[in-house]
Amino acid sequence: MAVRGAIEVETELCKGCGVCVVSCPSETIAMSKQVNGKGYNYMYMAHPEKCTGCVNCAVVCPDTVITVYRVKI
Amino acid sequence: MSEKILLKGNEAIAIAAIRCGCDGYFGYPITPQSEILETLSEMNPEKDTGMIVLQAESEVAAINMLYGGAGCGKKVMTSSSSPGISLMTEGISYIAGAELPCVIVDVMRGGPGLGTIQPAQSDYFQIVKGGGHGDYHTITLAPASVQEMNDFVNLSFELAFKYKTPVVILADGVIGQMMEKVELSPIKPRWTDEEIIKLHGDWASTGKTPNRKRNIVTSLDLDPHRQELFNKKLQSKYSEIERNEIRYESLLCDDAEYLVAAYGLSARVSQKAMELARDEGIKIGLIRPITLFPYPYEAIERLVPQMKGILTVEMSAGQMVEDVSLAVRGAIPLYFHGRTGGMLPSPEDIASVIKSIATGNYNPENFPGHNKVWLK
Amino acid sequence: MDITDIIKPENKVYGKSRLLLDKVMHFCPGCSHGTIHKIIAETIDELDIQEQVIGISPVGCAVLAYDYIDIDWQEAAHGRAPALATAIKRLYPDKYVFTYQGDGDLASIGTGEIIHTCNRGDNVTIIFVNNAIYGMTGGQMAPTTLEGMKTATTPKGRSYISSGFPMKITEMLAILPGVVYATRQSVDTPAAERKAKKAVIKAFKCQKLKKGTSFIEFVSTCSSGWKMTPTEANTWMRENMFPVFPPGDVKDETGF
Repeated sequence: MAVRGAIEVETELCKGCGVCVVSCPSETIAMSKQVNGKGYNYMYMAHPEKCTGCVNCAVVCPDTVITVYRVKI
Repeated sequence: MSEKILLKGNEAIAIAAIRCGCDGYFGYPITPQSEILETLSEMNPEKDTGMIVLQAESEVAAINMLYGGAGCGKKVMTSSSSPGISLMTEGISYIAGAELPCVIVDVMRGGPGLGTIQPAQSDYFQIVKGGGHGDYHTITLAPASVQEMNDFVNLSFELAFKYKTPVVILADGVIGQMMEKVELSPIKPRWTDEEIIKLHGDWASTGKTPNRKRNIVTSLDLDPHRQELFNKKLQSKYSEIERNEIRYESLLCDDAEYLVAAYGLSARVSQKAMELARDEGIKIGLIRPITLFPYPYEAIERLVPQMKGILTVEMSAGQMVEDVSLAVRGAIPLYFHGRTGGMLPSPEDIASVIKSIATGNYNPENFPGHNKVWLK
Repeated sequence: MDITDIIKPENKVYGKSRLLLDKVMHFCPGCSHGTIHKIIAETIDELDIQEQVIGISPVGCAVLAYDYIDIDWQEAAHGRAPALATAIKRLYPDKYVFTYQGDGDLASIGTGEIIHTCNRGDNVTIIFVNNAIYGMTGGQMAPTTLEGMKTATTPKGRSYISSGFPMKITEMLAILPGVVYATRQSVDTPAAERKAKKAVIKAFKCQKLKKGTSFIEFVSTCSSGWKMTPTEANTWMRENMFPVFPPGDVKDETGF
């Protein structure tokens, strides 16, 4: 049985630290080229199809801007 | 029927604390007030009332334990003597800034530095004018007897909670050590959590319940506008205290032409000196401030028109005399007689100062200790 | 499968703790404080003890912790949080009391208070955030600053000849009989974060069982103070801080 995941990011609250990106085992997320209202490059799902919903990114996020969803398929 | 027993001033403080329903005492030994902690440790009130007694590792820790306990809305107190109070001063500033109620007893000894273990009144500036950083005051009560040492504990807690502010009982080594008969205060049970909330509001940090927002005890506000508003609020609280809580005692002032202003032990000695001077036909009265903050400026001011001169007596090099001066405003000559280093003013010396003033022969060089005059 | 089919309330597996308030934390990007705050909020929520917890915030970067976690707080003078904790716990033995202190607060100005609270074995939890630098005041030397490490007050690097050695406060406190649990954790990886959370839960359980003082050091980063990116700081911490401050339990006499 496989799992699929997805994340929701409060883009405006992301400070662009990038700690989540190196914690992602499936290389799902990346830092955007665009900046948010605070001038930070925010994180986003660059490859949504790879997300397993492992929650690693959310766990290490110091600003708790990530919510994680997972389904079994 | 009220109980009357022979007690040291320091013991009276300890017993009064238990009887008035104090929740916690946190202190550190220092002469001449260690009997407060010793008496409490001996009586072990925890088994009867649940009152906590803890010897802290330092005065710094003790005053911060007070902050923690007071921040929970509990009736907490500490005691120390001058060098220890210096160490507590940071904490007192935080307690004033966080608007917490607590009681601090300062049984003064001589300074500066390690100074002496003998009695003094040289912490007046430190206690009455704030002492620590920032614009704050502590309500300050100055006992002149062992009975007042007893009575002021309960009064201090009442004032502390009424105004959410630290209250200092400013005694000296003599009052702390001397023995007198004392009528003990009635026994009050400690407040329950519900009573604290009912009497004083639900502001303390005791665990956030669903029916209220979280309570935060802090003296920090980084916003300049809000910080100034807070300072204005503090100052209006002090103004309210000045309107409501001034206490003093005046003796033989009706016909007096000269006035002695003194507090605590100096007032007791001055009372004897007043009798000696009256025996020689000098019409002299005494005013004894009981609250040093708020200070009875107006009470002194009202007496000024009938006086030819006013003498301040202190066990310091001249501290309260500055407040007397604010009341006198140069209208009449102001004299000062002070002893320091553990030396005590004597009734005879004070009487001869008074006599020399009344006869126009005053010369500060003629008296021991510290003597000054400001002519009008 | 479309993302919108996955992002549904019933599929939620991780989100913000209800005890974390909406106020955006003032910490710099990547700061360990945020993650540690999150662990504390989640722990209090999971143990369902919000109504019994009193937190004590320090002077330093975490002074405003009370703005972020929805519990009752007291803000202490610099270094004095353990004295507050002692009094609160003595007056309310059944409440949960924790201090949250940085390395300047706990290991420098507050050494007296922390040693004696631990020595009395007060049933409180101490959260000690060690990032080897004074963050709030602009990156000066801390007692835990590494030898050779450059700070605003050791511009040529800390020299033990003039400034002594990085202080291993957790080991120092662990020898006190009053301390039942002393551990060193980090939050630089998901695995470390999960382990650290277990440690915090264990520390709070020590209070419930009245076991004695529980002490958790978080070896942490200060990317602004260290002048690195957050991810560089994590790597630097692993390579340079861990040899001096190795993660793991220093003492565990909890028996559970």
